[in-house]
Amino acid sequence: MSEYRLSDAELAAAFQQRVDEERKIEPKDWMPTAYRRSLVRQISQHAHSEVIGMQPEGNWITRAPTLKRKMILLAKVQDEAGHGLYLYSAAETLGVAREEMIEALHEGRAKYASIFNYPTLTWADVGVIGWLVDSAAIVNQISLQRTSYGPYSRAMIRICKEESFHQRQGFEMLMPLASGSPEQKAMAQDAMNRWWWPTLMMFGPHDAESVHSAQSMQWKIKRRSNDEMRQDFVDQAVPQAEHLGLAVPDPDLKWNAERGHYDFGAIDWDEFQAVIAGNGPCNRERLAAHSKAHREGEWVREALRAYEERKSAAGPGEEAVPPSAERLRIA
Amino acid sequence: MAEGMELPLYEVFVRSRRGLDHKHVGSLHAEDGPQALKFARDCYTRRGEGVSIWVVKSSDIVASQEEDAASFFDPSNDKPYRHATFYRLPPEVKNL
Amino acid sequence: MSLPQGALGHFLLALGDDSLILGQRLSEWCGKAPLLEEDIAIANVALDYLGRAEKCYRYLSELEQGRRSVDQIAFLRHSRAYRNLLIFELPIGDFAHTMARQAMVDAFHLEYFKRLARSSDARIAALAAEAAKESRFHLKRSREWVLRLGGGTAESRARIQRAFDRLWGYGPELFAMDRHEAALLESGVSADRSALKPRWRALMETLLAEAALDAPGQEWSVAGGREGVHTEHHGYLLAEMQSMQRAYPGLRW
Repeated sequence: MSEYRLSDAELAAAFQQRVDEERKIEPKDWMPTAYRRSLVRQISQHAHSEVIGMQPEGNWITRAPTLKRKMILLAKVQDEAGHGLYLYSAAETLGVAREEMIEALHEGRAKYASIFNYPTLTWADVGVIGWLVDSAAIVNQISLQRTSYGPYSRAMIRICKEESFHQRQGFEMLMPLASGSPEQKAMAQDAMNRWWWPTLMMFGPHDAESVHSAQSMQWKIKRRSNDEMRQDFVDQAVPQAEHLGLAVPDPDLKWNAERGHYDFGAIDWDEFQAVIAGNGPCNRERLAAHSKAHREGEWVREALRAYEERKSAAGPGEEAVPPSAERLRIA
Repeated sequence: MAEGMELPLYEVFVRSRRGLDHKHVGSLHAEDGPQALKFARDCYTRRGEGVSIWVVKSSDIVASQEEDAASFFDPSNDKPYRHATFYRLPPEVKNL
Repeated sequence: MSLPQGALGHFLLALGDDSLILGQRLSEWCGKAPLLEEDIAIANVALDYLGRAEKCYRYLSELEQGRRSVDQIAFLRHSRAYRNLLIFELPIGDFAHTMARQAMVDAFHLEYFKRLARSSDARIAALAAEAAKESRFHLKRSREWVLRLGGGTAESRARIQRAFDRLWGYGPELFAMDRHEAALLESGVSADRSALKPRWRALMETLLAEAALDAPGQEWSVAGGREGVHTEHHGYLLAEMQSMQRAYPGLRW
């Protein structure tokens, strides 16, 4: 142990310098309490979004129209569970248990992406989520690959690698609808109409109104501003919509040659605030469904803990089975 | 929820190809090693990312402490002669 | 269609339906498993079954010279024309019920597909070899779950015991040869599932003893899946699974 200790101010300065030099912060490093708190908030929110996000799409697994689509969708929703796991893992390196995070979610102390509080009404919704919602998520996640906290950054790199399949499958799934029967086209357009604006809201409030943004940018937890990312997303998505032959439900949308970007209409922030506050169409159902599954799994988790205790009591290397029992050999 | 109510945490290491080291990829909760190993296969190698997996109980890892980093790592930082770049050779000498 | 080819068609349909229906059931766990790790793991098992169904139907579709596509086979039949065994269509129940069923069918599938991997039909042999490999892993998983639930709390123990008690009567159907399968036996295309019963019983008895659970008595059993006589659950499963194909006939998705 070193004899001499740095003062908090010295530590904070060294920390900020490390961040400024783009050196990652790792779990055992000294970090400001507020940085840790911010990270736990953001990473757990991100993890919850992945897990709650399983519901709207999972809603269609048993009804997918073809065997291939069923497998793709199941694999996709499974990936989201995987991403949730990577993110919970990253948050756990900060000394917070997954159970605590889930408790915070159930008690409404932790948020998740507002987009998942809208219902998936038709099969086309699944495609639009894959294409638009995942595209929007990727814009954010790509920037987060450079986030200052090592475990978060590594989880993001892993997630981005897997996410590219999601966005592509969503677009590919919409292709036969967009070029299909009038009913299919109408289904796709209806989904587009309902998901477009909520997707734009995913990037959060305008930079000027964003509560956590400035500090998060200074700490390089967040790397790009909400508005920058939203613009990127619109610029990407509009030509893709044109390719599908779907109209973007925004009368103010037009190319601005001077800026080199699309201009788009005003977002309904009242709706955004209502959904964030827990009053979107599905907030209550999403949380109730998650709590229910968690509660119904409690006896299984209890059984695992009891089994483990019994085994440790039996001594190392022993299974918690009566000594006389023959072991099943799987060959 | 009280401490200790959770299943133990395991760190997962995956060897992506023969000839490479196992690399830390993340963690998961499981009741014991064999279960952790099976979960790791499903959670961390869904795309055939691995040919071998290690799982280690997180609490069994003995890690160097950041506050000791100065005494732990700095001494070797002043031994630049351990690094190949320390040695300047004439440019015409190849394969060294 | 000549009889052997007809028999082969029926055989593939039966194998495909077993896989599709259990895959569909297992996919219902997505997002609802007791831990996130298990959610991911059980989805992989479901995907194994769905993939196996796809292979069976594809082969069948080719035998029929494309008269029906894979999806027409999978989605556009009435309940009476599905050939899956009853055990596969039962609702998922609680986690113990799902895992007890898995233990029973995993042990069966491992033995069965090991035999079928020696099929004289190269395509079936390849499919079965892959299925045997999957089943080996599935059984390791379900065995451990049975041990953990059996050796966990009083509640978990009661639940897993009850699950086996309820499922046991659906076991014998796994070993009943239908006439198509029997017709394919001589040419070595199919495998004799009836011969596997003693081995399966031994496996199950060992597992149950390991978990200190009681082996249920065989006072009751039911069959009918191979003749399309299903449980009442089957119709609801199909209503859900087929809803898109029924509501929008003949469209590409």
